[in-house]
Amino acid sequence: MKETRYIFAIKEAMEEEMDRDENVFLIGEDVGLAGGSFGASKGLYEKFGPERVVDTPISELGFTSLAAGAASCGLRPIVEIMFMDFVTCAMDSIVNQIAKMRYMFGNQYTVPVVVRMPEGGGLNAGPQHSQCLEAWFAHVPGLKVVMAATPHDVKGLLKASIRDDNPVIFIENKTLHAMKGMAADAEDDVVLPLGKADVKLQGSDVTIVTASRMVHESLKAAKILEQEGISAEVVDLMTIQPWDRQTVFESVAKTHRLVVAHEAVKQFGFGAEIAAAAAEEIMDELDAPIMRVGAPFAPASYSLEKYYVPSADNVVSAVKSTLERTL
Amino acid sequence: MSRPSKEMLTEFYTMMVRIRKVEEMLMEVFSRGEIPGFLHVSIGQEAAPTAVCAHLNANDCISTTHRGHGWAVAKGIEIRRAMAELFGKREGFCLGRSGSMHLADAGIGIMGANGIVGGGIPIAAGAAFAAQYKKTDHVAVATFGEGATGEGAFHEAMNFAAIRRLPMVFVCENNGWAEFSPKSVHMPVESVTSRALAYDIPAVSVSNKVVEIYEAAGEAVRRARKGEGPSLLEIRCDRWYGHYVGDAQKYRGKERVEEAMAKDCIADFEAELIKGKVIRRKDLDRIQAEVGAEVEDAVNFARQCTYPDVSEMLEGLYV
Repeated sequence: MKETRYIFAIKEAMEEEMDRDENVFLIGEDVGLAGGSFGASKGLYEKFGPERVVDTPISELGFTSLAAGAASCGLRPIVEIMFMDFVTCAMDSIVNQIAKMRYMFGNQYTVPVVVRMPEGGGLNAGPQHSQCLEAWFAHVPGLKVVMAATPHDVKGLLKASIRDDNPVIFIENKTLHAMKGMAADAEDDVVLPLGKADVKLQGSDVTIVTASRMVHESLKAAKILEQEGISAEVVDLMTIQPWDRQTVFESVAKTHRLVVAHEAVKQFGFGAEIAAAAAEEIMDELDAPIMRVGAPFAPASYSLEKYYVPSADNVVSAVKSTLERTL
Repeated sequence: MSRPSKEMLTEFYTMMVRIRKVEEMLMEVFSRGEIPGFLHVSIGQEAAPTAVCAHLNANDCISTTHRGHGWAVAKGIEIRRAMAELFGKREGFCLGRSGSMHLADAGIGIMGANGIVGGGIPIAAGAAFAAQYKKTDHVAVATFGEGATGEGAFHEAMNFAAIRRLPMVFVCENNGWAEFSPKSVHMPVESVTSRALAYDIPAVSVSNKVVEIYEAAGEAVRRARKGEGPSLLEIRCDRWYGHYVGDAQKYRGKERVEEAMAKDCIADFEAELIKGKVIRRKDLDRIQAEVGAEVEDAVNFARQCTYPDVSEMLEGLYV
């Protein structure tokens, strides 16, 4: 293990996988000569050349579908979408093509495409550069959706995603890019399992299910709550689709209270799915209504962003709210 | 490029008849309710797939369209299993999941028909990218109608293919209709070749004659295989029937339909073959009968196949 930053851990994961498998290549806007618009591929162009670190025109649909075709022919593309908001231009490619190619063609093809993209607010980048759209992809059969919260996790999950034979939507968070933390060395080749959550903090009074940046806000909230004698368990889903029901339900069976926290707009976010599944399957374990934390139902405002993006305070309020109530 | 041999001309004829008879049979079984869903036939457009696929082998990939039966047949799909697919049976290439609109055979590079207009064009570019990446001499062919050239997918694929000199051929069947709309309302240029100019991609436009298309396609495929980059080939053809089978074509008018149906690439070719003494009438009749029997056999096979069970619904969704 060594200390690194989240953005470097992404680079290391890609580099190690490209070293391991010559069919892995990176494609996207500014990924080559420029080293990635957030620097995720710095040095890869120099090391692997323009054949494997492929700069593209500004054409998300075109290069994402191109990756689908290349994957059908045995390659393993990593597509970088500069901001998650821009993936909307590639929705035909991801939803109609990539997600369905295996199933609709009767399992003749495997389409191991990883589409990486950073989401979230924090840069005052406004309505078209701040969205969290993971729930859209989690709603589409055929895709996996991964969200990583730490340098260690982003590296291990990205390596797993690249090796997975299914298409994976790999969601980073812009405010985490600079985050420092430990990550595995190349020799250790740590590959984290997809579909497995990680309990980031053990607790007994309430379960907070979360992912990506909100893992850190939830941990901050747990600290605040601890001072008031409330013990929160923080479950980092890491994979949104398929999500780890077992870990979540076991945690709720222990704490009997559930809060789901994500940065995305609260309405129809992944929290709704988890809350609904808990209500359907483990209602008898719950002592209080399930609470959700998410952004207001509005686009991210350039000037009001700090009130828009959910924080630890929102998690604290949600936890207190569920603790004050009973079923 | 040398003129096609007598044997090849006979093969062209046989293939065109095969495509025609497959689609006529599909129309028949579709109207009898034996196959569900949507059916888009390409009757009148048999020359293009026949001529282009004559230059391709099993390692070369094609992406096709909702009107793509002809391309699958010309690329060599096994008619029996293709028919089973259209009947929705599990013996079909796609386990009965695709039907007409997504017919694919990975074994011979048929990357799938696409229900999204233009959707397959960048996917074919991806196959060309893979061929270049692996340093093979395989080529990819994207087939589409002129209606698809309004889509961003077409332009994005052309742009990238030109920049990277991908080994591919863009084949546009310009039949003058984008679903229910004539060219006058969806295309400001007369020919799709004008669009290729913007990407510095060599482009030719040919009429709906199989030999003419074969020669033009030969040059385009040769360029791709030699690493000289992409080309665009436009075939000016006519769609005999509506957008889908059952389309009353009120938007088109009887005269225009009759005008289109008066142009028959198979009948014209047949006349040429007879006139040039390439083949005798009775041999043409024999081919017709043989192909007819082959198609009949395929339908009977499909009828006897089995529907997938509901328990197979989720099978293979994830690897």
